[in-house]
Amino acid sequence: MTTPWIRPATLDEALAVREEHADWRVLAGGTDLMVDAGRRPAPAGVIDLFGLPGLVGVEPMRDGSLRIGAATTYSMLLASDDVRRHLPLLAAVAREVGAWQIQARGTLGGNVGTCSPVGDTLPALLALDAEVELVSRKGVRLVAFDDFCTGYRTTDLRPGELIAALRFGRRALFASEGARHAWRKVGTRRAQSVSKVMLAAVAVLDDERRITCARLGLGAVRERPVRARAAEDLLVGERADAALAQRASEALTHDIAPIDDVRSTAAYRRDVAARLVRRFVLSLA
Amino acid sequence: MTLRVRLNGRDLLLDVDPQRRLLDVLRDELRLTGSKEGCGEGECGACTVLLDGEPVCSCLVPAGQVDGSEIMTVEGLGDGELLSAVQDALVRFGGTQCGICTPGIAVCATAALRREPDASAERLRELLAGNLCRCTGYQLVIDALCAAARPAAGPSGEGAP
Repeated sequence: MTTPWIRPATLDEALAVREEHADWRVLAGGTDLMVDAGRRPAPAGVIDLFGLPGLVGVEPMRDGSLRIGAATTYSMLLASDDVRRHLPLLAAVAREVGAWQIQARGTLGGNVGTCSPVGDTLPALLALDAEVELVSRKGVRLVAFDDFCTGYRTTDLRPGELIAALRFGRRALFASEGARHAWRKVGTRRAQSVSKVMLAAVAVLDDERRITCARLGLGAVRERPVRARAAEDLLVGERADAALAQRASEALTHDIAPIDDVRSTAAYRRDVAARLVRRFVLSLA
Repeated sequence: MTLRVRLNGRDLLLDVDPQRRLLDVLRDELRLTGSKEGCGEGECGACTVLLDGEPVCSCLVPAGQVDGSEIMTVEGLGDGELLSAVQDALVRFGGTQCGICTPGIAVCATAALRREPDASAERLRELLAGNLCRCTGYQLVIDALCAAARPAAGPSGEGAP
């Protein structure tokens, strides 16, 4: 018996299949779902969205935001002038996802759909205030990624919905002259290793180097990717110095809850996360 | 599901379960056993093939996704008994030991040098970062690829312009 498999030609067709077959697996590049496909029960059917025209590409919108289709691969992100120019943080992340073979297949929407605590792009989506564009036959729903992610590999995706795109409405602020960003992925090897700790950070400085806006997105330090809000809050309105960096790193304990697992220990993760934040704040001085 | 593919320059019709891994279709159905299964999880690159010119881990690609595509495996790199420049350089420089990673490296390197013929040794290391070797390391592989890219550069391609 072969699995029912549909490669829709249009987004409308995809939404019709999605509504009709709620239990079918939604597949993009396969870099998550194929890893353990042999160890799980076969899905009732597959909706294959890889390369679906309406879901691929980077588009500057009239309202100033940047819209990235869910089935856009990391290789496409890296090749996009718009991403490099307007979302340099995301470009830096894409370059360190897996290696070329994974970048050629893995998609931004797939990373969001799996919503793993170690999803590489997810701290950056938090740091960039990204919104998830969800479509169904009823229409479009926009949800902040921070709210879309609801826990350990769980999301607010509703029946009949597909992840259509990620929207970056604040790219103008985050790519402004006073903006600084940092991406640090700590693992056993530069390429192809699952992270022990990740930090995607953005700060905007005014003319007097006062921090007007701060975002600290962390991965692998909790059951879900998380913003270190307590640390962000104490940065805003301040000028960076060693004391502020220290306080920010200590405030992480309010938002992170690392665990021991096969890849690392809670103590290591806590220590490294604190260092990454401290270094980022020092870089703003 | 019937798939239409162009495999190593030949047009084929394949009747397979779309859920099957491309790697299994290549090895078990088509007897193209050059592509190896190392990890089966997209970590090691031993199963790398070119899908529409881009290197992919064939263990992560379900057959249903290759309909209408062009696939190149290690068997398609050379011309009969004649090795490609990349394969020939890997042999001459000793860029292979047990051989499990070698087909994936030859395929990925072919894509790398097609896309960036002037890639530096350091850039080649980045492009080949998804191909793991557990025998010996990467220096001789990179030396070989630099030589394949710049035949006149001599044995030590590292640091060549």
